[in-house]
Amino acid sequence: MSATVRVRVQEGDFDVASLQRSLLQGDAAEGAIATFTGYVRNSNNDRPVLALELEHYPGMTERSITSIARDACARWPLLAVGVVHRVGKLKPANQIVWVGVSAKHREAAFAACEFIMDYLKTRAPFWKKETGPDGSHWVDARQSDNERAGRW
Amino acid sequence: MLTVLFFGRFREELDCARLEIELDASCADLNSLQQKLVSENGSRWRDVLGQDNVIRALNQEVATGNQGLADGDEVAFFPPVTGG
Repeated sequence: MSATVRVRVQEGDFDVASLQRSLLQGDAAEGAIATFTGYVRNSNNDRPVLALELEHYPGMTERSITSIARDACARWPLLAVGVVHRVGKLKPANQIVWVGVSAKHREAAFAACEFIMDYLKTRAPFWKKETGPDGSHWVDARQSDNERAGRW
Repeated sequence: MLTVLFFGRFREELDCARLEIELDASCADLNSLQQKLVSENGSRWRDVLGQDNVIRALNQEVATGNQGLADGDEVAFFPPVTGG
């Protein structure tokens, strides 16, 4: 049985409770749901962040996330995967990304959730531009993110 | 015709989000297309597209190495991604 995969890229905010419920398929097969919610921090590299703008590659971004989710489904016995990523103008404390995974058992749910997040950060075409007190600049990719994704 | 897209810092530094280019022998593959863009558009393009961290996508898949181009292909140039 193949897992249900739902991917959304959107400007608007999202509700984590309804997203979590959307992972349940109604047949009580799920024993575990693991989720991750990412937020816009108020600082980066010890510099204040006042605003963040997220650019993406319409079409490729959705395909890329779907491909990462399918890779996770091939590695772990999952029932459903959901990913929501926001784009456009965001402020500190805003929700930016949500990943949710349901499975029969927690081991697969925890691992797949972390795998999807690690790959999303290094493979999915999004670019962050930060605004601080001294103006705006594009955020550089982090080597530590590549190392995390390389563990899998 | 090729559609060529630029994203993130590259889009801003080149002041260009999208180009339509007639496919011919001067841009028959990714390497020659990149060389053509640099040689026809001046030093700013050389500075941006000459960096060693340029990621190239062909028809919305990241391209590893050089690949041939066909009419109707969509090529994108962008810096390392920073989502999540």
